[in-house]
Amino acid sequence: MCTLEKRGRLFLLKLTGDGEHRLNPTLLDNIRSAITQIRSDPSSSQSVLITTSDGKFFSNGYDLALAASDPPLRAVMAAKLQSLVADLISLPMPTIAAVTGHASAAGFLLAMSHDYILMRRDRGFLYMSELDIELVLPAWFMSMIRMKVVSPAAKRDVALTAEKITADRGLEMGIVDSSHGSAGETVEAAVKLGEEIVRRGADGHVYGRMRETLLREVLHAIGSNESASNGVRNSGSKL
Amino acid sequence: MCTLEKRGQLFLLKLTGDGEHRLNPTLLDSITSAITQIRSDPSSSQSVLITTSHGKFFSNGYDLALADSDPSLRVVMDSKLRSLVADLISLPMPTIAAVTGHASAAGFVLAMSHDYVLMRRDRGFLYMSELDIELVIPPWFAAMIRMKIGSPAARRDVMLTAEKVTAERGLEMGIVDSSYGSAAETVEGAVRLGEELVRRGVDGHVYGGMREALLKQVLHTIGSNESVSNRMRNSGSKL
Repeated sequence: MCTLEKRGRLFLLKLTGDGEHRLNPTLLDNIRSAITQIRSDPSSSQSVLITTSDGKFFSNGYDLALAASDPPLRAVMAAKLQSLVADLISLPMPTIAAVTGHASAAGFLLAMSHDYILMRRDRGFLYMSELDIELVLPAWFMSMIRMKVVSPAAKRDVALTAEKITADRGLEMGIVDSSHGSAGETVEAAVKLGEEIVRRGADGHVYGRMRETLLREVLHAIGSNESASNGVRNSGSKL
Repeated sequence: MCTLEKRGQLFLLKLTGDGEHRLNPTLLDSITSAITQIRSDPSSSQSVLITTSHGKFFSNGYDLALADSDPSLRVVMDSKLRSLVADLISLPMPTIAAVTGHASAAGFVLAMSHDYVLMRRDRGFLYMSELDIELVIPPWFAAMIRMKIGSPAARRDVMLTAEKVTAERGLEMGIVDSSYGSAAETVEGAVRLGEELVRRGVDGHVYGGMREALLKQVLHTIGSNESVSNRMRNSGSKL
């Protein structure tokens, strides 16, 4: 499901296997548990987290097939992702998403929950798929989009046109920080960036609090009850 | 006052006549009624709205002369425009403003209330005139500006220097999506974009829900009472 590796001061969290890394309750618990491990590491306040994945997908979003077979799980997955994202936002270290495969819907959101997004340009895209599968984005997703996607036109294109965003388009839109020739190069670049950040020597606890303050509106939207009910609006969704 | 025409799946709303299309209660009612007609059309969830105008003006804002003769009408116009904009924000279809003349103050806000702003570049400008006529803009205008104008410098230039924004400058600032050589070309551009959006086949109801979620903060400010009292700050306004 996911593995956690430490390389010097870098934590590498990897979503494993060749599947879609759908954010079902099990994977979300796994990732959360890796984050908890990271937090309890004594050197965590001088570290950096890099999140990446095996295979064709970073993450293809919530496990909608599972939710279709057991509707209460929709709310469970939404709640678990909200907790995870709040956890990432308060994490006492810089975070880098090394996007080496497609990131759709909740998977795109997971990538955006990191401070830096590095992405391969040879294939793969970021995609808010909800419009195409007739689901309305929850309020807290919108809050993250507003925070991380700067230009109004880009916000509109992400939310209202469900554009499939390549790395280079992502660069133009300001969502992606840098693009790289392959999956391997993307991870190497994330490692290099991570090491550079570690060298700066910022105190992770102060960093984490700063980020919480910067992303205050997103945290607020996550904490708000309406988020849970908004995610469930269309139960007859096409997949 | 305004006409509504249907061309295939495109609704063309046109502010008619050579006047300034001041947003007085009558015109606001007219436009609102056209929007209601659009909503009740059976094919509305696979359609697109294009709003445009005749003559030298898209709209020169509220009817301030009328408000001077009857101060209670200020509140009425503000209230009607807020309803109209909330209506546009929840409209179950993409919206395009084909700006073929000057759009000032409330007229500029009306243009910004559309998903896409297309504008002629040979003449005309977008202009938040309030600073020049000694009015403070209501908080909900500011919320729309913050949503639709991304860069802090551009927001400052629009609100605090009352810049007369040409199409080219609007493109730079990200307010305008595309510019055209004449009024007619602007409308043609809007029709082409509209047809492209129709071809995408998105469900209008989901789209409208998304837009509401994306523009949640604007809707929240529109609904808030404080908007009205702030508008009343300077009753001795120069025109």
